[in-house]
Amino acid sequence: MADTQRGAAVDIRSVTKTYGDFTALDDISLRIEAGQFMTFLGPSGSGKTTTLNVIAGFTELTAGEILIGERSVGNLPAHKRNVGVVFQHYALFPHMTVAGNIAYPLKLRRVPKPERARRVAEVLEMVHLTDFSHRYPAELSGGQQQRVALARALVFDPPLLLMDEPLGALDKKLREWLQLEIKRIHRELGTTFVYVTHDQEEALALSDRIAVFNKGRIEQVGSGHDLYERPETLFVGRFIGESTVLSGPHEVRGDETAMQIGDEWVVCPGLPLGDGRQALLVRPEKITLRRTGSDLRPGENRLTGRVSEAIYLGSGVKYEVTLADGTRGVARMTLTEDRLALGDGVDVCWMQQDARLLADDGSSLGEQSGDHG
Amino acid sequence: MRNLFSIGRHPVWLTVPSLLLLLVALGYPLAQVVLRSFTDPAIGLDNYVWFFSRPVNLTVFWRTFEVAGWVTILCLVLGYPYAWMMTAVGPRMRLLLILCVLVPFWVSGVVRTLAWVILLQDSGVINRGLVALGFEKVRLIRTPLGVIIGMTQVLLPFMIMPLYAVMRSIDLRLVQAARSLGARPTLAFVQIYLPLSLPGVFGGAIIVFILGLGFYITPALLGGPRATMLSTLAQQQVLQQLNWGRGGAMGVILLVSTLVLLAVAARFTRRRYQITGGSK
Repeated sequence: MADTQRGAAVDIRSVTKTYGDFTALDDISLRIEAGQFMTFLGPSGSGKTTTLNVIAGFTELTAGEILIGERSVGNLPAHKRNVGVVFQHYALFPHMTVAGNIAYPLKLRRVPKPERARRVAEVLEMVHLTDFSHRYPAELSGGQQQRVALARALVFDPPLLLMDEPLGALDKKLREWLQLEIKRIHRELGTTFVYVTHDQEEALALSDRIAVFNKGRIEQVGSGHDLYERPETLFVGRFIGESTVLSGPHEVRGDETAMQIGDEWVVCPGLPLGDGRQALLVRPEKITLRRTGSDLRPGENRLTGRVSEAIYLGSGVKYEVTLADGTRGVARMTLTEDRLALGDGVDVCWMQQDARLLADDGSSLGEQSGDHG
Repeated sequence: MRNLFSIGRHPVWLTVPSLLLLLVALGYPLAQVVLRSFTDPAIGLDNYVWFFSRPVNLTVFWRTFEVAGWVTILCLVLGYPYAWMMTAVGPRMRLLLILCVLVPFWVSGVVRTLAWVILLQDSGVINRGLVALGFEKVRLIRTPLGVIIGMTQVLLPFMIMPLYAVMRSIDLRLVQAARSLGARPTLAFVQIYLPLSLPGVFGGAIIVFILGLGFYITPALLGGPRATMLSTLAQQQVLQQLNWGRGGAMGVILLVSTLVLLAVAARFTRRRYQITGGSK
């Protein structure tokens, strides 16, 4: 089936979904190219699962339009959309065996019995469960159940596969292995995958492109690299990866913006976005920690702080630093550098062009339920 | 034996009072009934021979099963959508639906049956309504139909509660999954939801059917001579004729047929799977 399979593009046009006074999706537009691995990333309640349900046909739109493979599916009920769905809790039919579950969509499509058996065997092989076809779901582990769910959602060759936090209930090791499996299957089939998760590491590991959801809107769409290196909003910057976020009064100096942190000033190339408060975002690997009193190098920003936590990571050390104004900073350093101890006074330094100036949208780490583990 | 020993770690003595009560209040009289059915007035099978040789008895015997069967079917037809509604609505509406089921429970069965007498009698509300609408009167009281109507109302909660308990545990995402795999709503219901709700259907049906077989008050008050059921017949034998042997034989026959039915039903409800779907 790999050679004939082509993914379908998905076009989400100005989709809005309201429940009474609550706006679950606020005018969302997004194009997912055929064969792409797209991840919807965001905290719980951000609208990512609602968007998935709207594509699957489980939830009706309040306004807008959705096209799957250039065909509008607005009036199409879920069972006519020919879209595979994998649920977080697997949703395997407990009264059917593994083979029965996987054959179900083929039976509904009146595929003749020998053909059915052949295709069930084929997908079982794809998910490495050939020996389990006569078991009932309750007799399988979580990871096995999820692979059956994946096989069932793919056996009828849907051009689009939707996955709603499929690995959320599994432990870390199994999750990482299944991520690789899902990636491999995506590569082999060329089906369009839409994957919902709140785990940014998972999103980075899997996706061609990531759409970051927040409060019923899409904050930014891009590759993992784009989102990490060039976040367009503070929310995205905070949600993807770790960062030090600085905030304070700012003033424009030529084509640069200067910001006051405590009683020190830092400079950032570029002009502020909008009139409001600005924030400066610095990634941990861009920061160099030096013992207090170091020389300021050209093009560098420097703030003073104190080491408040040192976490050994094997490949390096992660330091948490409390800056003079109380802000918490994060730096990651290699083991070859000078080892710092708790309470050491440090200069927190980074190159001016390595920080990102963003509008302060008031997002804080506290409101993000992202599971960074 | 190992099972018996391992029980020892639990406070088994807590069950002693209820076991004693069952033994004294159920076991002893039951043993007496069985014993007397074979010994009163003389040792032998006389009472059973009498029961099966009198056509009237057999008519009543079949009628009992027929009425209990109809009541079970009616309870299922009425209770299934009701129980489903209970799982589908919000918590406040659910509370209201549960109350609607339970409030009649708190009213004594006699009172409820007398209410049915008022409704069903020839000059009762239903018939007056029919006449007012230009229909002919229907004979309801002292007919099996009247008994079935009354019993259905009284026994409906026994159907709804087990159904609701099972349906509540069915993961509705299974139905969504079936839809995404290509099943139209009716197929998704028939192939996924219905099979998963069957334990509730069997549970409720068995309870209602068995309670229906032994029902006494409602058939006695709503039924007449043409709607006599086995319990009424046994009561007449024991209390009016003082014939404990014949009454006992009827009791034993009812008990044995019930046990046979239970054994048959048990074969159908054996499963290898859990109904809730997946591990959560």
